[in-house]
Amino acid sequence: MRGTFAAVVGRDLRLAARRRIDAALPIAFFAVAISLFPLGVGPEPQMLRQIAPGVVWVAALLAAMLSVTQLYAGDLADGSLEQMLLVPGGRIAIVAAKAVSHWLLTGLPLAIAAPVFGLVFDLSPEGIRALVASLLLGTPVLSLMGGLGAALTLGLRSGAVLLILIIVPLCIPALIFGAGAVAAVDAGQSARGHYSLLGAVLIFTGVLAPVATAAALRIATE
Amino acid sequence: MDVVNTRWRFFRYASPAAFYPLAGRLVPWFAAVAAVLALAGLYLGMLRAPTDATQGDAYRIIFIHVPAAWMSMVLYVVMAFWAAIGWAFNARLASVVARAIAPTGAMFTFLALWTGALWGKPTWGTWWVWDARLTSELILLFLYGGYLALVSAIDDVRRADRAGALLAIVGSVNVPIIYFSVIWWNTLHQGASVSVAAAPKMAAIMLQSMLLMTLSFWAYAFAVVFVRARAIALERDNRSAWAAEAVGRARTRTQTQTQARTQTGAGT
Amino acid sequence: MNWNSASEFFAMGGYGAYVWGAYVVTAACMAIEPVTVALRHRRARRALRGERAER
Repeated sequence: MRGTFAAVVGRDLRLAARRRIDAALPIAFFAVAISLFPLGVGPEPQMLRQIAPGVVWVAALLAAMLSVTQLYAGDLADGSLEQMLLVPGGRIAIVAAKAVSHWLLTGLPLAIAAPVFGLVFDLSPEGIRALVASLLLGTPVLSLMGGLGAALTLGLRSGAVLLILIIVPLCIPALIFGAGAVAAVDAGQSARGHYSLLGAVLIFTGVLAPVATAAALRIATE
Repeated sequence: MDVVNTRWRFFRYASPAAFYPLAGRLVPWFAAVAAVLALAGLYLGMLRAPTDATQGDAYRIIFIHVPAAWMSMVLYVVMAFWAAIGWAFNARLASVVARAIAPTGAMFTFLALWTGALWGKPTWGTWWVWDARLTSELILLFLYGGYLALVSAIDDVRRADRAGALLAIVGSVNVPIIYFSVIWWNTLHQGASVSVAAAPKMAAIMLQSMLLMTLSFWAYAFAVVFVRARAIALERDNRSAWAAEAVGRARTRTQTQTQARTQTGAGT
Repeated sequence: MNWNSASEFFAMGGYGAYVWGAYVVTAACMAIEPVTVALRHRRARRALRGERAER
């Protein structure tokens, strides 16, 4: 099972390395989406500081969901998905591996890029640290839930928009705890409660989402 | 021995052919019950219940708001349950019932939001407040919408049934978590402490009216869901014998025999 | 009876627009939905009868 896992992650990373521009698209979307908010609501620094955690988190959520359809779509198109599913006992490993590679390619870069946007919104240093920490804890949840959405909507025309509609409501707890952690720190309070809850959501999702996603893949390919 | 017989006989209704006429006979009764209970509930709530000290007569919206909200939540769980049964046991009728529930559940969710907004405007000043209950209802509306969008986006009916079942189950598991997170979020941001949607001190007559309205909405849901399920069953099984028979009830036995002879004749 | 006259009842202590706005839309939805569903059922039956007539 570990062999399948490593193989799938390695393959996804190598494929992404070959198409670097495609791999960078989620980050580009992240930057553009975040920049829209000051343009939409005005440049007043105090207000921007207040909305920063929410804006960054929502942009991360949407960026993750938009890029997750490619998770399985490419493999479905060239037939390798069916081959991968034939590996005995490998379905959960594949699903977990896909979530990990998505996180490595989208979630982790977003968390690394976040400080730049924290500065742009004039977040305090503690706030920026909290932003990165909450994104590191929360983006894996997004990758796991996104994987479920991608498996459910495999091969459908409506693709990414449908996926966003069905999965984003389920990601609301992560959004609340993640953005809330940053807001708490920025207001000088402790974010420990938020982190604990976000961690709990991560564990819960980490255990159940791969099972559900594997079932969704079976439903989609039978 | 009788227990076993009864149980297996109940499973007979798992077939669309048996469910269809049974549901057809029950629908008028459910409709009648819904109407009677609604009349009783509205009589108590609108005509007899006293005016509230703090909210005046605006509180009377509670008699449709709370039942609609309860139904929206109950129907989601029931929908997920039947969808799961349909998936686990490959029982097509259970999936049909689940699909039949979804639009009605979504309607009640919309009504909960609409009546909630109209209750909120006179009592706390704005059309919408991001409090825990209303926000959770809004998210529930998104969950219904997601389910309906997913099942209609998939052309293969059985794949749509199973994918919808999985989504509904995941949704059901998530609903308590979402509700808790929304409460958490709301208590943190309680800047101006607006005690929102504080229900009035419930006199007995108000509780009775709410209970009657809830039961009425339940009966209504049964009636509407059964009719929709009958329609969906016919649409899906439109090649089957039971559907043809169910629709052509006026046919006489000779007509059936003639058609059978013509069909076998045409077959040769 | 909580009300002294019909006009009092409709005024709902000044909140008439809100209360009746809520009740009317609810009643409308719960009247339109059954009709929609019954029509869908009728269409399904008609489609089946039409197919059978062709055979």
